[in-house]
Amino acid sequence: MGLTRQSFGAASLREKFAISTKSGQKIIALAGNPNTGKSTVFNALTGLNQHTGNWPGKTVLQAQGSFYYLDQEFVLVDLPGTYSLLANSIEEQVARDFICFADPDATVVITDATCLERNLNLVLQVTEITERVIVVVNLLDEARRKKIQVDLGKLEQELGVPVVGTVARSGEGLDDLKQKIYDLAKGRINPKPTMIKYDIRVEECINTIEPLISELHLGRLNTRWLALRLIDGDMTIIEGIEQYLGVNLSDSFKSEVSLEWAKVQVN
Amino acid sequence: MTKDFPLYRLHPGQNGIVTRLSAEGLTRRRLLDLGLVVGTVVESIRKSPLGDPIAYGIRGAVIALRKEESSQVFVRAKNS
Ligand SMILES: Nc1nc2c(ncn2[C@@H]2O[C@H](COP(=O)(O)OP(=O)(O)OP(=O)(O)O)[C@@H](O)[C@H]2O)c(=O)[nH]1
Ligand SMILES: [Mg+2]
Repeated sequence: MGLTRQSFGAASLREKFAISTKSGQKIIALAGNPNTGKSTVFNALTGLNQHTGNWPGKTVLQAQGSFYYLDQEFVLVDLPGTYSLLANSIEEQVARDFICFADPDATVVITDATCLERNLNLVLQVTEITERVIVVVNLLDEARRKKIQVDLGKLEQELGVPVVGTVARSGEGLDDLKQKIYDLAKGRINPKPTMIKYDIRVEECINTIEPLISELHLGRLNTRWLALRLIDGDMTIIEGIEQYLGVNLSDSFKSEVSLEWAKVQVN
Repeated sequence: MTKDFPLYRLHPGQNGIVTRLSAEGLTRRRLLDLGLVVGTVVESIRKSPLGDPIAYGIRGAVIALRKEESSQVFVRAKNS
C-alpha cells in the first residue's frame, strides 16, 4: 500500500469485506444487539437469495443476500449482534468497520421493543457514525404481550431518524421497512440524527482534532466521530483507516492526536 | 446507607443497585455499554458450575460477566 488513496468504490468493497456487488446495487447494513431479530429480518427480506461465509480474516460468520424493491436492487449484510461499536471484540470491530468503512447506503438498527432502553446505546453509536440510519423497533408482539407501549413517533422525533415498528416473525411492518430503506438509499429522505454534545473539555479537543482529520480527505467518513474515537485512545480506528482507506497517517498527525488524548486524560 | 460491595458477591436471586465502577479505560466503557451505569438495578441470576462467570439480568438482557469484570462494579443491596 503506498501513500496513494485507493478507490472507495464497489470493487474495493468487494475485496476488503468480501461483499459481492454489481453496479447499481445499494448496500444496506443490518446491525443490532444480540437476539433482536436481525437474521429474521434478513431472511424475510432476502428469502433464498443469500449466501454465507466468513468475514475476511475473521472467524465471524458473514451473511449477505439481495432483494428487489420497486426498481431497485439491494444487497443486505447481516452484521454480528453487539451491544456496542467500540471494537472491544472481533464482532464489534467487524460491525464497526463495515458501518464506518464500507460506507453502506443505509444502516438499519434492529432493536427489541421489550427492552428498548438498553438497545438505544447502540442506536446512538450508529447515528454518531452515519446519518443514513433507520431504527426498527422489533418484537412488538412480545411488547404488547408485556403491556409495553412504544411511542414510535416520539422516538423518531427524539432520535431524528426514521423509526419502523415490526414483528419480523410474522412479517408485520416489513413492507414499511422496505419503503423506508428505498427512500433513504435513493436520497428521498435525509435524516438529521440528534447530535450528542459532550462536556466542554471534550468538545474543545474535538475542535482541535477535527480540522486535522478533514485535511486527510477521508470521503464520507464522519470527522466528528473519528475525533471522538481518537480522543478515546482507540487505536483500532487508525488501523481501520490505514487498512480500508489505504491512507497512511503521518507521525505528526498521530503525535498531535496523542497530545489531545493526554489532555482529556489528566483533567 | 449500607455500604456497597463488588457485584460478584451478590447472591443468585438478589438484586443490587449500581453505585460506582472502579474499572477504567476500555473495561469501563464495555461495562457501561452493557448498561451498568450508576443507579441500574442488576439481578444475580445464576453461577456457572465453577462459579465464574456469573449470569446477571441487566436492563432486560441476561449477560455473563467474569469475576475480573464484576469485581470492578460496585452495588448496594436492593431491599425488595
Ligand atoms: N415473538 C417474536 N419473535 C421474534 C421476532 N423477531 C424475531 N423473533 C425470534 O427471536 C429469536 C432471535 O431472532 P434472530 O433473528 O435469530 O435474532 P438475531 O438478532 O439475528 O440474533 P443474533 O444473530 O444472535 O444476534 C428467534 O427465535 C426469532 O424467531 C418478533 O418480531 N416477534
Ligand atoms: Mg443473527
